Amino acid sequence: MSERAVIDEASVPRLARGTRLQFDKHRDQWIVQAPERLFVLDAIALEILQRCDGVASVTAIVDELAAKYSAPRELILRDVNSMLQDFADKGVMSL
Amino acid sequence: MNQVSPPLALLAELTHRCPLQCPYCSNPINLERASQELTTAEWKRAIDEAAAMGVLQIHFSGGEPTVRPDLEDLIRHAHDGGLYTNLITAGVLLDEHRIGRLIEAGLDHVQLSFQDSEPGGGDRIGGFKGGHARKIEVARLIRAAGMPLTLNLVVHRQNLHHLEELIAMALDLDAHRIEIAHVQYYGWAFRNRAALMPTREQLEAATATVTAARERLKSRVVIDYVVPDYYARRPKSCMGGWGRQFLNISPAGKVLPCHAAESVTSLSFDSVRQRPLADIWLNSEAFNRYRGTHWMPEPCRSCDRREIDWGGCRCQAFAILGDAAATDPACALSPHHEALVQLAQTDSAREAPPFEYRRIGAR
Repeated sequence: MSERAVIDEASVPRLARGTRLQFDKHRDQWIVQAPERLFVLDAIALEILQRCDGVASVTAIVDELAAKYSAPRELILRDVNSMLQDFADKGVMSL
Repeated sequence: MNQVSPPLALLAELTHRCPLQCPYCSNPINLERASQELTTAEWKRAIDEAAAMGVLQIHFSGGEPTVRPDLEDLIRHAHDGGLYTNLITAGVLLDEHRIGRLIEAGLDHVQLSFQDSEPGGGDRIGGFKGGHARKIEVARLIRAAGMPLTLNLVVHRQNLHHLEELIAMALDLDAHRIEIAHVQYYGWAFRNRAALMPTREQLEAATATVTAARERLKSRVVIDYVVPDYYARRPKSCMGGWGRQFLNISPAGKVLPCHAAESVTSLSFDSVRQRPLADIWLNSEAFNRYRGTHWMPEPCRSCDRREIDWGGCRCQAFAILGDAAATDPACALSPHHEALVQLAQTDSAREAPPFEYRRIGAR
């Protein structure tokens, strides 16, 4: 087993195997399914996760979101880091 | 009463057949025979009905679900219907080819059970010679195929001394998640309670071990932990509440609010053979009897935790008190709680009696 993965700007995040991002049409919400767990995504989390394709780095994701929302980069970076680290700690994200 | 939400998860118990004979098996004492099992077509229809209701996850379980040759077919059907598919298995019947076919069919995740950290205890507790070694092999095959793996570890007085070794084994097998669950006392486990019940000291040591391991292994492995509720202060939120989030279909098609519900013999349960699943969920007598809070006696009725633990477990109230509508005696507010703690202390202080192994046709 690997050591704890810690996110940085060079990380290339993707959803871990055994998880699934999908729209739950019965409850009108986006979710990530994982073993015995279900995470309901808010709009920000969804924006971030939809960009975690295993190709884009954190730098690229943050740049894109900062441009899209005309928001300060450091603010976006903080949100992205904390959300992805939290998901990585829960085994949902590979970094 | 609030509008009834659709269930999130379906436990599909494909069969009660199993090569293992664990004395704490969650199946009922009266096991269903192969001839009573739903057919492939009946299961597919039930899966379609579940997906249409809003079920998101399906857990294929048993008995041992891999004894059904149509398991791949059912996984594919559920996967194509948009469900997250999980296999809960003892593993001993799997080989590399079958694992490949299950993954190819769309399996998302596997939960593999171990009975102990070493062959002597594992084979003795599971009642299956060679089982432990086979499971180790199968765990490696599952990981070699790239499949995420949870180890299911049921713990009790006869394997708790190996808890550290069990966690180390899970890491060695590259598991992503460990489910450490103290035995819950229904059905077979209720019958074997004296052989399984830990002392309070054993429980406290186990909880300390798990807490330390969680901290140490943060972000490397997820550890879920279920405590034995005889020693609890407040009851578990059993199934997240009766008929709130979860349903179970038995091998013969009975639709249950939890896998132990048939032990509540004061209720009768409908079958997917006779009635649409959504109708059973919304309108059946058994699902509505203990749904929500309207049925609650005191002290639950006025308790500020009534929508947190939903009165605890109906099966436990029935098993201990003969009344499924009573407050779960695991709650310290129940007038019967002290008697429950006494049962646990008496059982755990005795020398452990021999197991009564789970067998089809036992009485």
